[in-house]
Amino acid sequence: MKVYLDYNATTPVDPAVLEAMLPYFRERFGNAASRSHAFGWEAEAAVKRAREQVAELIHAQPEDILFTSGATEGNNLALKGAAAMYAEQGKHIITQVTEHKAVLDPCKYLEQKGYRVTFLPVDSTGRIDLAQLAEAIKPDTILVSIMHGNNEIGTLQPIADIGRLCKERGVLFHTDCCQTFGKVPIDVQALGIDLLTCSGHKIYGPKGVGAVYVRRTRPRVRLEPLLHGGGHERGMRSGTLNVPGIVGLGAAAEIAGRQMATEGPRVAALRDRLRDGLLAQLDHVTVNGHATERIPTNLNVSFAFVEGESLMMGMDDIAVSSGSACTSASLEPSYVLRALGVSDDLAHSSIRFSLGRFTTEAEIDYTIERVVAAVRRLREMSPLYEMVQEGVDLKAVQWQPH
Amino acid sequence: MPYNEKILDHYEHPRNVGTLDRAAPNVGTGIVGAPECGDVMKLQIMVDEQDRIVDAKFKTFGCGSAIASSSLATEWVKGRSLDEALEISNEDIVRELALPPVKIHCSVLAEDAIRAAIADLKAKRAARRAEAAAAAPAPQPSST
Repeated sequence: MKVYLDYNATTPVDPAVLEAMLPYFRERFGNAASRSHAFGWEAEAAVKRAREQVAELIHAQPEDILFTSGATEGNNLALKGAAAMYAEQGKHIITQVTEHKAVLDPCKYLEQKGYRVTFLPVDSTGRIDLAQLAEAIKPDTILVSIMHGNNEIGTLQPIADIGRLCKERGVLFHTDCCQTFGKVPIDVQALGIDLLTCSGHKIYGPKGVGAVYVRRTRPRVRLEPLLHGGGHERGMRSGTLNVPGIVGLGAAAEIAGRQMATEGPRVAALRDRLRDGLLAQLDHVTVNGHATERIPTNLNVSFAFVEGESLMMGMDDIAVSSGSACTSASLEPSYVLRALGVSDDLAHSSIRFSLGRFTTEAEIDYTIERVVAAVRRLREMSPLYEMVQEGVDLKAVQWQPH
Repeated sequence: MPYNEKILDHYEHPRNVGTLDRAAPNVGTGIVGAPECGDVMKLQIMVDEQDRIVDAKFKTFGCGSAIASSSLATEWVKGRSLDEALEISNEDIVRELALPPVKIHCSVLAEDAIRAAIADLKAKRAARRAEAAAAAPAPQPSST
């Protein structure tokens, strides 16, 4: 059996989504900006429909939606676009330390360009402290960017409270919703969201397409474009629209919206089954992130005394990811787990399981079996596990870091 | 990243996993690395009367390449004298396992583990000799 449990990284395109896209590669290939003939009108109508489908999922108006090449572009556009547009009002931005790199790196870029950025810390569950946020907002603060659900540990930030606070203080609120769009209810009105980023390939749509919600009333948010050209997407994102991709994103959003009420609890139950199965059979296992405030698809676990990459080798028919340094280009363990105060050895021992639409109970049971066997085998081989069995306090040992 | 056959073979069938009696006078134990770095190797050697390594065991916390490097190290030290064992270099391990550049530190750690085990054995002996010297009666002055 081959099991895919890396749905937080990407998802397969839903067959119905692919079907919806195909005509827009073939007979309906028109440019949505061609106003003079039926080919263009057809494409434009399809984009309009997709805009409605995306908007509906977050309780926005279709005109509030801009299409992008994906969430990295969306986050860059929201952050750099707002920073440039509102620079005269102030040059201070607030974000937090466990954001995706597509938020952190634009923020660091803006720091180099003379902006001041506050990176709020998180508690041991991965949540920011609202009082700290309130204190961080200064007269020159123009934007707060806090993600909804974390991609590594699944923790949900209290975005309703953050949105309310931002409204009270007259600061724009951007939220990266890649991991929650289509999985958790989002209402941009009720949550006080001004800018929101989402992506197609996390919700069974195609890669290479995403969207940004840009509020048009109370307040009317404007963004300086990253790409200049034909003035597409209200002038904020020039470039011929990726019509098949946009159609796919729209179709994927509609399916996700329709299934959310049943799919969320189904996946959460499987996630809990996985967690309970692992905890019942193995000792020295810790769940990372928040116990309840988390996206239904994510389980992040540290298996002490076993290194993550070797664990993944030991269950190579299960596709997961790890916070171990060995799996990253930087040779540093996960910055997200570190931010939670998880010790480096446990960060090296962490595995992210992320479930999705096609995950079955049989797959979860098989995964539990494989993980338990691999962890036990590697612990038999682990000098740390042996030392702990002998009663050695690992913290008291004089190690030789290299 | 995909693993090559040799690493996979050592990972699937590690040679000489286990523990020797740490307190035995003819056993040397080397523990190198640190949990926070993501790898810790314990390598033990047992020598005969002629100081030839007759047995070796390891336990490793680390990635597949770290496990393979230490497994290979135990294979290679067996049958060697202490001086011959010290000739094993990390570069030999890199070559044998075709380790990629990001995994070279695993081979360094394995070399360090061999050296640490030998050093432990020698330190144990030195300590025992010192103890024996202290316990033995002082040599009698010659009467002639």
